[in-house]
Amino acid sequence: MANRSLYLKILSAVIIFGAWEIAGRIPVSYAFPTFLESMAALGNMALDGRLWEAYAETLRPLVVGVAISTVLGIGLGLWIGLSKFFDWLVSPIFIVMQSAPLAALIPLLVMAYGIGLTSKVFVVCIMAMPVIVLNTASAVRHTPESMKEMCKSFLGTRTDMLIKIIIPAASPLIFSGLRLGVSAGFIGAILAELKITPTGVGDIITFSRSIADYPSMYAAIFSIIVLAVLFLNLLERTEKTLFKGHDRGYVSD
Amino acid sequence: MDMSLIKEAPATAEPALSEIAVSVRNISKNYGAVEALKDLTLEFPRGQLTSLLGPSGCGKTTLLKIIAGLLEPTSGEVEVNGKPVTGPGPNRAFVFQDFALLPWATVMRNVAFGLELRSINKSKREDIAAKYIKEVGLGGFENSYPHELSGGMRQRVGLARALSVDAKVLLMDEPFSAVDEQTRRKFQEDLLGLVQNENKTFIFVTHSIEEAVYVSDQIAILLPRPSRVSEIIRPSGFRHKDHDQIRRDPEYLDIVDDIWASLRSYVE
Repeated sequence: MANRSLYLKILSAVIIFGAWEIAGRIPVSYAFPTFLESMAALGNMALDGRLWEAYAETLRPLVVGVAISTVLGIGLGLWIGLSKFFDWLVSPIFIVMQSAPLAALIPLLVMAYGIGLTSKVFVVCIMAMPVIVLNTASAVRHTPESMKEMCKSFLGTRTDMLIKIIIPAASPLIFSGLRLGVSAGFIGAILAELKITPTGVGDIITFSRSIADYPSMYAAIFSIIVLAVLFLNLLERTEKTLFKGHDRGYVSD
Repeated sequence: MDMSLIKEAPATAEPALSEIAVSVRNISKNYGAVEALKDLTLEFPRGQLTSLLGPSGCGKTTLLKIIAGLLEPTSGEVEVNGKPVTGPGPNRAFVFQDFALLPWATVMRNVAFGLELRSINKSKREDIAAKYIKEVGLGGFENSYPHELSGGMRQRVGLARALSVDAKVLLMDEPFSAVDEQTRRKFQEDLLGLVQNENKTFIFVTHSIEEAVYVSDQIAILLPRPSRVSEIIRPSGFRHKDHDQIRRDPEYLDIVDDIWASLRSYVE
């Protein structure tokens, strides 16, 4: 089975990259390089070190923003899920944040926090946090009632209830929120570099486009997608090792 | 009718006071405008199994959860061994209809969970849990997860968890309703053994007339809207017979018929 799914993955990669290569050779547009050209450009950038410098720059707001969103987001989500009042007070902010047109807000952020790291971290957080918060809150609200009653009737304290029942029961949904949040964070990081100041990977994209070096531009976009996919896979592995019994769902289902 | 069937009003319930493990006095419970229980009084003799039997919506689970301390009554009081109930306590353990097991924990941790919440150290609580896992017939499954077990085995885990905290009163909320018929029969037989061997008081909620008559020393029939105890039946003639003789005992059959006669008008 594991082999089969590996074959399927390779097959779908071959189909997509093949289609890319063909589309580049026709070509569908002067600005659309072939897959092989893009990979060659990627290789070049990796060899002359430009790619690594760019990632050193891009990863900073991304890592800081995702870390803040994870810790703060899960914390706030737990609180919202546990307290009706706090839910009433705080969740509208995140619902608005989730649907706000971020690109339109960026000028405001720049006015308030300048063009440095702070603004970029903000953009990443605005993208990543709402889904983490809202997923965590709804997971907490949907803890099976009988498990909570069980904890109470066997004399569990409120702390026991939170640590031994609510958080483990909510963890699959919290992790799916994290996955969505982290991918949104990647989008935010690149958006910040395109909209605020061109640095890092955003700089490669902007600069390559301006000198019509399309293979490098697509190479940069491709590399960020690969990084995001790798990171999400890592997150999934972590979840699987952390919560072994969870992959079959709830007993009472 | 020649049978040792005693029917009596709840107010004149017989057993002497020290023999009463749990007593429920003038309990009312309202959900908003809905009266779930109204002025209900009932006593549970020590060391015996009392069933709460009635049509759905008669408030039997509500009453059980009030005794467990999981729900607060609107008025009235519950005493366990002479002490008023203000919340869950170490003298009561609960067996849940849907088992309420932790899906991420092994059988061992699930059974020991009640002791874990009482901060008993790991090696000691696992010793105790191992003993009850064997006793309910799950030896060898200590490291299995609940999803790897059948419904009947899961409820055995729930039962072992309740037994391992060594509470004097065992509260069972339709414990066998989610398991298949054959497993249920086996459970009922095992339950009779348990009542005989463990010196515990059992309070057992069920909607099955046959089940109630088969396992109970005392059956409280609850009628709905608002809930009250309509009669108390104490089957006595076949209690000491062999397990497989009970279902053909004439008294057993008479009581089953009798209860059905008084309940049928409440079933839509």
